[in-house]
Amino acid sequence: MDNVAPSGLTFDEYVGKAYEPFSGKVEKDRLVAFSKAIGQSDPVYLDSQAAKAAGYRDVLAPPTFSFTITLDAGQSFNVLDDMGIEHASSVHGAQWFTYDAPICAGDTISGQQSIKEIFTKKGGALVFIMIETPLKNQNGEPVATLGSTIVVRRG
Amino acid sequence: MTMPKFDEINVGDALPELNLGVLTREGIAAFAHASGDMNPIHLDEEAAKANKLPGIIAHGMLNMAFLSRVVTGWVPQSQLRRLETRFAAMAFPGDTVVCRGEVSGKREDGGEKLADLTIELVNGKGETLLAGGAIVALS
Repeated sequence: MDNVAPSGLTFDEYVGKAYEPFSGKVEKDRLVAFSKAIGQSDPVYLDSQAAKAAGYRDVLAPPTFSFTITLDAGQSFNVLDDMGIEHASSVHGAQWFTYDAPICAGDTISGQQSIKEIFTKKGGALVFIMIETPLKNQNGEPVATLGSTIVVRRG
Repeated sequence: MTMPKFDEINVGDALPELNLGVLTREGIAAFAHASGDMNPIHLDEEAAKANKLPGIIAHGMLNMAFLSRVVTGWVPQSQLRRLETRFAAMAFPGDTVVCRGEVSGKREDGGEKLADLTIELVNGKGETLLAGGAIVALS
């Protein structure tokens, strides 16, 4: 199968593409709802006073919350729309995070997603899209970087 | 939480197992709202079937969030340096979900004492749904 996305561009043309920089505030209610939804009962994730007593600015974001920050910004699986690929033909194959500093309620987190690598397997029947998004807080400090592998089945 | 010490842990040591019980539709829906991933395959049986799935599936990122807790239940989150996973299979409402971890390596890098962990999320049939790793800093 060829190396052309449904958009008409080749996959190689997408490698290195950076999307719009984004920025958003982390709301406490959202963080608490997220922590409750994952069954987290440690008060540093739920209660401002407990978080502050533990040295955080406010309630702490769990390790995978930054994925939600990118979802809110419309930057995660948007690369599929950009390439004209049906979401139903794709799966989230893998995910990683590296951590530099905590994300807390009240922080303003900014980032920018880019496509790092695209490769095919099985003669082009499977396309692997690797995207990466570094995040910084309101002080310009790096807080985390996240990376996703999206696998697309073709044909 | 008693923090494990670098000198006292060994490759092969198991982290305390985390049993998350049975996944429910309500629990998956709560995560959909909280995480912002409202894809109908996580909320609506018919929509899931229209997408060639047997029914509603849990978000991969819900499972990864569960899996992160096996690590943050062992060391405070401030010690976590890296978390990664492969999504090997899907989880459905009614599945029992258990998270496990094990020390797979010890090393010093960049002035930090690091432990490499292998982590996995398994269902009640013993199938591995998520397989991954984490790096934590110890003292």
